[in-house]
Amino acid sequence: MVKEMTYELRLYIAGQTPKSVTALNNITKYCEEFLKGKYKIEIIDLLETPQLAEGDQIFAIPTLVRKVPEPIRKIIGDLSDKEKVLVGLNIRKV
Amino acid sequence: MIIVMAKNATTPLSKTPSGISGLDEVTQGGLPTGRPTLICGSAGCGKTLFGVQFLVKGILDYNEPGVFMSFEETVKDLSVNVKSLGFPLDKLAAEKKLRIDYVRVERSEIEETGEYDLEGIFIRLNHAIDSIGAKRVVLDTIESLFGGIENAAILRSELRRLFQWLREKGVTVVITGERGEKALTRQGLEEYVSDCVILLDFRVADQIATRRLRIVKYRGSEHGTNEYPFLIDDQGISVIPITSLQLNHSVSKEIISTGIPMADKLFDSGGVFKGSSLLLTGSAGTAKTIMASSFALASCKRNERTLYFSYEESKEQLLRNMMSVGINLRTHLQSGLLRVQSVRPSLSGLEMHLMMILKLMEEFKPQTVVIDPISSLLSIGSISEVRDILIRVIDMLKTKKINAFFTSLTQAGSSVDDSTVLAVSSLADIWIELTNDCREQQLGRNMRVIKARGMSHEMQPQPFSTTSKGIIDPRPLKK
Repeated sequence: MVKEMTYELRLYIAGQTPKSVTALNNITKYCEEFLKGKYKIEIIDLLETPQLAEGDQIFAIPTLVRKVPEPIRKIIGDLSDKEKVLVGLNIRKV
Repeated sequence: MIIVMAKNATTPLSKTPSGISGLDEVTQGGLPTGRPTLICGSAGCGKTLFGVQFLVKGILDYNEPGVFMSFEETVKDLSVNVKSLGFPLDKLAAEKKLRIDYVRVERSEIEETGEYDLEGIFIRLNHAIDSIGAKRVVLDTIESLFGGIENAAILRSELRRLFQWLREKGVTVVITGERGEKALTRQGLEEYVSDCVILLDFRVADQIATRRLRIVKYRGSEHGTNEYPFLIDDQGISVIPITSLQLNHSVSKEIISTGIPMADKLFDSGGVFKGSSLLLTGSAGTAKTIMASSFALASCKRNERTLYFSYEESKEQLLRNMMSVGINLRTHLQSGLLRVQSVRPSLSGLEMHLMMILKLMEEFKPQTVVIDPISSLLSIGSISEVRDILIRVIDMLKTKKINAFFTSLTQAGSSVDDSTVLAVSSLADIWIELTNDCREQQLGRNMRVIKARGMSHEMQPQPFSTTSKGIIDPRPLKK
């Protein structure tokens, strides 16, 4: 039995800024396209929980962190470059 | 907090004590409160230490909590590095007086795609500041971000926004920056931080390292413009603000003996004022050390703690040689009343010598200090540097009403023309010159008082001899 690989992603934002909204739309779109049913996206708004910024070494907003599978990968920006995001997250196209 | 009226300004510029000993005298009160100050310098110049000390002293001495945001060293490294200075970062952090946040930016781990900002840093700083009520912030070294972020345009505009935000936040900030080749800092941080810029310099000349500090600019405030030597020792950084000394020490009218009866007779008062500084000059072999030792011995006999810096003879050599002229220092050495510090001047830089002198004075609390000879310090510094150091020493001695005795080696002939002596002589209250001369094919020695502030004195050179009983006037014996 082949273990199904799942992706756990975290998107760090600071309020509903246009950049953050774009980033969320982009990552949701890519995940639906390539990882349907195999991913989780957790959104962390640092305006509400600033203490979480230190743990994942967040300095830029928005930042997408791939927690699982390891190693941890980070992509900063509004994720508008699809190719770069897919390569960055190491998602293979089907 | 110290309020100082800035020249030509309508509002007073408030200043925050820097926690760096001596720096507040140079800046007339400290760093600008609620504004950023840029500390720049090359690697190893003490920038990080400056920042840490600013925070730690802020907490311990002024009860102002602080945030240290490190872009280079991890919290653990930082803590270990400053532990030897007695800065208890862990303890202060546990007491919620200090917060250290290490921001790691590793380009290889990060992809950049599309628009972003550095709000993450703002949030972390804001959270750290608010969680402990910080008044002071250090960013060390924010330029590291240039190595970790591809988009320099975003970074530059965000840095501008960050400094603006920090001003609005009202915290006093120290930002460190690596020295650049053409500009003050590699990334031109001085463009963003224009309130106060301090340059730290570390140079090696003639194999001796010296550290210097200069206030490049200080908007809205007067400040010392010189280069000031500074020390890094086990207490952290201290600046030596040579030109800011004020002459306001109180003086004594008490008269003490020089330890040589015939020298005492040169003064109408029969001795010299307690707490005054004596300079003794003379060419080689004019019995300077004997006079200095006599002075030290007289001090010990008055039951005063005496500190003797011997730059040319070892302790044992000095004791043996002085014994031969009837000056027994050993008993006082054993009783602890006398301390002889024998060290070659070239062992360390001038600043380290100064530190050693000041430290020993602090520790031993002497009532008399002898430095024999100050001229050997010239082997490690220029005349003006040695003079600066001596001003500092003399100032300390005066403030504490310590008797001071300095000897200085001069070229044969009159020492009045010697430029070294001239530079130092103005600092001394009393100046005695020793000379050798040949009379009737015999080597004779003379002593002459060149100046004695506030006391009338003998003007003529007086012949003297050194015998097994010390320095005596040979004339009565001739009859």
